[in-house]
Order: sequence, then structure tokens, then C-alpha cells
Amino acid sequence: MAPSSPVRAASAPILKVEHLTMRFGGLIAINDLSFTAGRGDITALIGPNGAGKTTVFNCITGFYKPTEGRIAFRHGDGDFDTRLEALTDSDHAAEKAGAERLFLLERMPDHEIAAIAKVARTFQNIRLFSGLTVLENLMVGQHNALMKASQWTIGGLFGLKRFQNAEAAAVEKAIYWLERTRLIERADDPAGDLPYGDQRRLEIARAMCTEPHMLCLDEPAAGLNPRESAELNALLKMIRDEHGTSLLLIEHDMSVVMEISDHVVVLDYGTKISDGTPHEIQNDPKVIAAYLGAEDEEEVAKIEAEVGL
Amino acid sequence: MSGPLRTDAPGASEVSETFEFQKALREAFWAALVALGLFGLIVGLKTDQTLTNEIVLKPRPGLLAAMVGAVFVGSLLRNWVIWNRARAAMHRTASTSRIDMQKVEQIGLPTFVAFLSVFPIIVIFTAGWGSVPKWVDNFGILILIYIMLGWGLNIVVGLAGLLDLGYVAFYAIGSYTYALLALHFGFNFWLALPVAGAMAAMWGILLGFPVLRLRGDYLAIVTLAFGEIIYLVALNWRDFTGGGAGLSAPRIDFFGIPFGAGDTDFSARFGLEHSPAYRTIFLYYVILVLSLITAWVTLRLKRLPVGRAWEALREDEIACRAVGMNTTNTKLTAFAMGAMFGGFAGAFFGARQAFITPESFVFEQSALILAIVVLGGAGSLVGVVLAAIVLIGGSEILRELDFLKPIIGEDPAKFRMLIVGGGMVLMMLWRPRGLISTRAPSIFLKERKMIGSENVKEGHG
Repeated sequence: MAPSSPVRAASAPILKVEHLTMRFGGLIAINDLSFTAGRGDITALIGPNGAGKTTVFNCITGFYKPTEGRIAFRHGDGDFDTRLEALTDSDHAAEKAGAERLFLLERMPDHEIAAIAKVARTFQNIRLFSGLTVLENLMVGQHNALMKASQWTIGGLFGLKRFQNAEAAAVEKAIYWLERTRLIERADDPAGDLPYGDQRRLEIARAMCTEPHMLCLDEPAAGLNPRESAELNALLKMIRDEHGTSLLLIEHDMSVVMEISDHVVVLDYGTKISDGTPHEIQNDPKVIAAYLGAEDEEEVAKIEAEVGL
Repeated sequence: MSGPLRTDAPGASEVSETFEFQKALREAFWAALVALGLFGLIVGLKTDQTLTNEIVLKPRPGLLAAMVGAVFVGSLLRNWVIWNRARAAMHRTASTSRIDMQKVEQIGLPTFVAFLSVFPIIVIFTAGWGSVPKWVDNFGILILIYIMLGWGLNIVVGLAGLLDLGYVAFYAIGSYTYALLALHFGFNFWLALPVAGAMAAMWGILLGFPVLRLRGDYLAIVTLAFGEIIYLVALNWRDFTGGGAGLSAPRIDFFGIPFGAGDTDFSARFGLEHSPAYRTIFLYYVILVLSLITAWVTLRLKRLPVGRAWEALREDEIACRAVGMNTTNTKLTAFAMGAMFGGFAGAFFGARQAFITPESFVFEQSALILAIVVLGGAGSLVGVVLAAIVLIGGSEILRELDFLKPIIGEDPAKFRMLIVGGGMVLMMLWRPRGLISTRAPSIFLKERKMIGSENVKEGHG
């Protein structure tokens, strides 16, 4: 069986991480990591606890400045590599040619990565605005668009028509996402009052309100029961299929990973140990060893024999 | 013990429906007796030296009676409060347990504004022209200045969640801007007012830049230091600010017409008998309008993206950055807006006092304004009004309680800080999030539900 999806990572890459290294003092959290995520793919980043997955996320979304390496991200498709080299040699962080845009995320501050490069994210320990209502959370998600429409407050202060229209459109968009995440009944409740599963979905809805090209989800299925996990799968597929948003997710729940991902990257101790389709990953002895904690090749072979590979 | 209305709520079986007055009375009596025994010798008798150096015992029955009485009443109240709470807990359902704050804002605010706009007239008709300096100036204007300062600081502390201990610095900058512009360039109040606001806003941004990365205690310390710097500069840069001797500033005029006794002045022009009360009443309306503008702008901004961004910043700064918000600019606008209103209030203060010294801008003032915001309930405009009336009005009221002097043997105004301190301790025990701790959402789909303080964060500084 030919691996179908990682081909897309090669033919239509949206994110290209190259030689990414992150050191915290003497600790090497990520060591020379390279991988590519394809446009329209659901790419899963998996690995045992402490493998450096969240650190990779923090580097991509600008919350950490990587010690070394390049993180390229693009809108549109076309020639990637030559323009990327030109951009890297320049002092700029972004380049624009028509609808084509190219970004070097490691050169951009976190809020610009979300606002301009359009990479949205969620957090492992949910970060909602708990004292704001569900609807307000989604309105803050559209902060930049609304800020522009209110002419940086001046137009909004005097209630200009343009701002009122923009606000109505923002509410419409919020309603759309509330319906899609089945939160519409709770729209006027404080976000802090929602049950855990609802909070996870609200965080995804808020991230989608920024109209991202890529959505990074840090353990979206953590703490969900099987029914909620299945719902999450459907939601993520909907986001990918109807909105064309590429997804990058960290996940421990293998039922989610195996069912929805097109492409899986496996990390252990900050290094990539495997990269391929879910099927390939499932059968990779190195992955099995990493998850089961085997120390050397011999043990791997033994475990493989035990699990019948 | 059991009343006819007993419910089957779990854990509520101990609570009686009717307040057991006899039992409470008995308890209060014993408490008062203990107090009498304790205070009898310590408070009831005072040793005094006469002119001939004799030591005499001076009985103070009034003070003793007041203290024992306070213990008695306090004990009764305590029992009543405990019973009342237990009963409330028994009957509580989710929807009825809170006061409907929406109604308070809808009915309370317009009523309050209407009352404020006729307040000087009420004073004149009930207490006469002679009481204008006392009731309109010491009461009305002073409280309104603090309401305005509270509302200004509320933007920084209540909405954006940035703890500012040096807010009085912006008040000082506004005052000095007005006085210096008037002194050197002959600006009148109305011309100087916008400049004072802009100046304070500029300094707000200047302060904002270095403290952007600081949070919590660190931010509080730096803002505290900023307040001290401004105070010390005002005190020591004698050539510019007049130092401790202060600066004179022109009094406010009626849009160019002074409130003097001359032929072309206000009273002569309008055919009125000359009285300083006109100026006071005019000042009152100026600060009223300035405060209302502050409230209007705050309410308006709360419903705009920038206001929502401030509140989101208070809730979670990292999440703000994750949705693409430029938190630097958001913080700076909060600092600048808060500072601007402080500057306006400062310019007004200069035009009211006609004389400013650094002593008006000491740390105590910052602490008082912050206390108003915190006691009122961070983020709530109505709460700030209530807290300002209690804290500022209360201490003015104490001065009026001279008739208590023979009873307690001291000037009641001396107890001001004691009462304020005690009140704060009680507030922190009973309502740690301030008098009004619920938050009204800025936008809603079907129903505006108030958000309880258990969800609203206090910010990280």
C-alpha cells in the first residue's frame, strides 16, 4: 500500500520545520528536528511524555524563540524552496507575491504569527477567558478584525455604521462556530462555568474565529470520554474538509490519532524517530520501543515477537 | 425550634425560620457584661495630671457605656447575620441568590445621575446658601473628584487587571500642567484641560513601556516608585514646580468670565449679588460633567473591541497573544486612558484649589483611590461610586458628629482611619471581591446574564 498522505507533505507543504533545536540551559528539549506538514492534512505529533511535543508547538506559534533552525510557513502554493532561500537571506520575516505569502515563523513575535501568518493554537491546560461569556470569548478571538473595523476605537466610540456592520458579522461568525461546536445554548454563560469537554470545544471555536490557515491543537482529546472523542474527530474533520484548514495536533489518544490523521511524526527525547502514515507508524519497531520503554534493538525484537509483528 | 416553613434541604435542619430573639438577647447581655468587666477599669477610669502634678482619677462613664453598648449591639447583629445567612443558604436557588445587578444599573444609575444634577439646588433649599461650601464643596465636589479618579484607575486595575500603586502621579501631572501653563502662558482652565489630559496620557505610556514585562508584585512596586518619583520631582525641582512652597494657579472662571466681585465679573453681569457660592456650584457641575464623561467613555469602551481586549488581558494574557492580540498596545492604551482621566481630574483639582503643593500627591492618595476601586469591586462603575461615598463621604460625616464628643470623650474624626481599617478587614472577610463583584457581559445573544466573581479573574498585575 502506497503511503498516500505524506506525499502531500512533500508536494504541497504548508509548514516546513528544519533543524529545529531548542535548548533550555543544558537541557536539549528539541534536537535537530525536521518535518513537513502538508496543506489540508491532519498531521499528528506524537511521542511519550516529555518528548518535546509542546515545545515544538511553542516554537511554531512563537511563544518560544528556537535556539536554532528554520520554521517556514506559507499561504497559497507555488514554488517554495527558492523563494524560501531568498527570504532567509534577507532580514525580513515575511514575503508577499500576490496571494502567495511566505513566513519565517522563528523571526516573528507570537501575536503576529496568529494575526498575520494565521497559525492558531489551543493549549494543553485550557486557556479560556473564564470571566467572559462564551460569546465574548469568540469576539475576542476576532479582536484584530474588529479593532480594524472600529478604526482603532475612534470610529467605534462614535458608533459608525461600518463598525456596527463588522460587529454584526462577527456575531454571525461566532454563532456559526457555536452551532458547529454545539455551544449555542451556552452562548451567554461565563466560559468558566462550562464543563471540561465544552471548554475544549470552545477553545477550538475561538481559535477558528481567527480564520487560521493552520490550527495547532495541543492534546485536544485529553480528558474527553469516548463519545466526546468521537465528536472531536468529526469536528476536526469538518474543520479540515469545509474550511480547508490544515491541522497539526499533539495527541496521546491513539484512537483519535489513528482515525483522523493523514500523517504522523513521532518524537522521543526531542528527536524524530519516525515519520509516515498512521499505518506505517503503527508498525514501526522504533515507535513501539519508545512507547513501551525498550532500551535496545534486542529488546525491540523481543517485544516485536511478543506483539506478533 | 422548627418553624412551619421548614424545608427538607440537606444540612438546613438546624436553622430556625424565626429569629430567636430571646436567645440572642441573652447572649448579647453576657457579652456586654464581659465587656464591662474588661473595659471597666481600663477605659472607664483615666489617670490625669492636674496643674499641681497631682494624679487624679477621671471617670469616663460615657465612653464606657458607648463601648459596652457597641458590644451588646454587635453581638445581637452577629447572631442576626449568622442566622440570616444560614436561612438564605437554606432557601438559595441559583437564580434568586444574587441581586439583579442589571436592574441596579438600569434604574440606579439614571436616578443617581438625576440626584447629582440637582444636588446643589437641594442643598440650597434645605440648608441655605451658607452651607454651600460645606455640602457642595467638601462633600459633593470632593466625592466626585474621587469618583472620577476611581473610574480612571478602574480602567487600569479593574478592566485590564494591572495593579497601579502610583496613580496619583497622573493626578499630579494634570495639576502641575494646568498650573504651569496658566502661570507661564496664561492658559485658562478650559484650554489647559485637554493638554493636562494629553500630558498625563503621555506619561502613562512612558510609564507603560518599561513595565510591560512586569506582572503582579513587580508591577505594583514599579508603579509605586513612579508615584514617588513624581512626588519627589515636584518637591525638589524648586525652579520649575515651586517645591514645597507650591504653585498658585488661577481659579476657575465661567468660560472666560471670572467669579469675582468686580463690575464685569460673573455676579455683576448676570445681575446677581456677589457670592463665592456661584463658583463652588459651577465647580460642582464641571466635575460632574467630567466624571460623567469618564463613565460614558468607560461604558462605551467596554463594549468595543479595545475594552473587551482589556478584560481578556485580565483573564489570560497568553491566550490573548494566541488569538493575535498585540498585548503591548492593549496595555499601553489602558495605561494611557486611565492616566488621561487622572490628568483631567488633576487639572480640575488645580482650578478648584488655586494652589497646589506636592503634599496633595502623596502615596496615601494612591492608596485611597486604589481602596475605592478594590472596595467598590474592581471593574464596576457603581461599586466605585458606593465606595467613594463611603470612604470620602464617611470621613466628612465624622467631622459632623461633634455631638458625640461628650459621649466618647474624643473628636470622632480621629477615629477615621480606625473605622476605615476595620471596614476594610470586614469587607475582605465578607465580600473579598468588593461591594459589587458581578460583571455585566459586553455583548449577549439572548439574555444578559451577570457573571459571578468566582469566574472573573483579578489579573496578574
